[in-house]
Amino acid sequence: MISVSGAVVRYPGAEANALDGASFEARPGQVTALVGPNGSGKSTVVRALIGQVPLTAGAMRVGAFDVASTDRRALARSLAVVTQREEPAFPLSVRDYVMLGRYPHHGAWSALGAADVAAAEAAVDRAGAAALLPRRTDELSGGEWQRVRLARALAQGGEALVLDEPGTFLDVAHEMSAFELLDALARDGRTVLLVSHQLNLVARFAQHIVLLHRGRVVASGAPTDVMRGDVLEPVYDWPLVVARDPAVGAPVLIPLKRR
Amino acid sequence: MMRRLRWPLLFVALAAAVVAGLAVGPVAVSPGEVLRALLGDGDPQTIAIVRDLRLARVCLAIVIGAGLGMSGAALQGTLRNPLAEPYLLGVSGGAAVGAVLAVVAGIAGALALPVAAFAGAAVAVLLVLLIARAANGRADPRVLLMAGVVVGAFANAAIMVLLAGAGEGTVRNALWWMMGSVAGAEWSALSWLAAYAAGAGLALVVVARDIDLLALGDDAAAGLGVPVAAATRRIYLLAALLAAVTVAGAGLVGFVGLVVPAMARGLGMRRARETLLASALLGAALVVAADVVARTARAPTELPLGAVTALVGVPFFLLRLRRAV
Repeated sequence: MISVSGAVVRYPGAEANALDGASFEARPGQVTALVGPNGSGKSTVVRALIGQVPLTAGAMRVGAFDVASTDRRALARSLAVVTQREEPAFPLSVRDYVMLGRYPHHGAWSALGAADVAAAEAAVDRAGAAALLPRRTDELSGGEWQRVRLARALAQGGEALVLDEPGTFLDVAHEMSAFELLDALARDGRTVLLVSHQLNLVARFAQHIVLLHRGRVVASGAPTDVMRGDVLEPVYDWPLVVARDPAVGAPVLIPLKRR
Repeated sequence: MMRRLRWPLLFVALAAAVVAGLAVGPVAVSPGEVLRALLGDGDPQTIAIVRDLRLARVCLAIVIGAGLGMSGAALQGTLRNPLAEPYLLGVSGGAAVGAVLAVVAGIAGALALPVAAFAGAAVAVLLVLLIARAANGRADPRVLLMAGVVVGAFANAAIMVLLAGAGEGTVRNALWWMMGSVAGAEWSALSWLAAYAAGAGLALVVVARDIDLLALGDDAAAGLGVPVAAATRRIYLLAALLAAVTVAGAGLVGFVGLVVPAMARGLGMRRARETLLASALLGAALVVAADVVARTARAPTELPLGAVTALVGVPFFLLRLRRAV
């Protein structure tokens, strides 16, 4: 469970709050999608969850932990994050990279052992990245790299998983398989919080959508409650209609031409 | 095969450099005699040459090389930049100002010079951290690098001002110090330097996992449980003070901190802990070997050690650059 209550974040020198009293919950067993226009505060939620920006007011909790007061390493054992972009400064073998996910489970001295190797291998299998193990991180395609990063996050082994734009750089097939994997992970009981611009995909895979606008939650609920023209049009400030996907019946957003 | 052999290879390289450092000189001593002399066996004069004259020098070179190598490896990982090196971060400039001040003030004794150099380096490092903190309140690698370059440039200007009015002897002394040398090695100072460098080096090995994670980028490291700003500052401080110790011991020995970690990675070292340890061994071997060249290439004149390491370092670096492009 990830819960955000009354969260306020203001970046130094900014005119407005990046998060302005946002409250929502992401429950275990569900895929929760955090959507909204550029600058609505989606990535700020992620950065506040990992302690990279301080909260001015309000609170964020992951399970029983208060994000502001919990030791970062202890938090990393409960919450794994796949950030928007990540590039190792120096290439690593995929095996070594996935093992980095086990670091939060160890202090400076305790050695990584058989349990860590087993957790990493299970994670790699789950993410469909087993064939990539002998490769190096700088030799992977965008889709392979994304799968390897997900494997690293799964190796971390927390109950909550946060992904910031996991579909970026992925083609249709890779994107669909990534979303199907997230769906399966949620069914296993994990809390999956997904930051995404892909409203139509999110409408098919998420059980819960949270719509952010100017740092506030303006709509929250099942996809059919949030994916409505009268809700989305003022937020995105663009004419659009919401239709039904003829194949699966999910709501589909269709942006119109302005003229 | 390469993977299994690389550690023995590093130890053999260091051992070979050490034997050369003890054997080569105005009085040539054979490797066999070197070993016997180390054990206190053989001709008393040979024992005196090996143990009293050359061993301290070789040991100082080991400390300098290992310290610079580790410092560079830690900084390159943490600042996510293969061009980061201790001297880019204001350490060398600050130390040089301290040393030149001591020389100009005429207090450059065997003890005062290293202390002054270390104090200058420490001031420069703290200045860099303060600038970076004032700039954005966080330990942004780019800001740290830029602050280091700016402090270094300021230090260079200060040195020129200090030396402009100084006498010829003073300028020569200061210049020699800035070119680096392990000729002044003596056991009393060496034991302090070695203890301090070992402490800082060990501390870096302890935080090596943080370096691994910071090398992924700030947000990724934070997601894996690293308190990014505090960890970056801690590693920067350790690496800078380690470099400051080497500068206090031997003046400016350029290029080691830049080239040695690149060599270690070239040998297939990937994780921070193995890169740090390999850089210590390689750096030590490189500086001991460079000192042999500095002593013998134009004997009886000694070449500046810093010039020799740069002469070795630049071609290697160009080679790496060609392969990278």
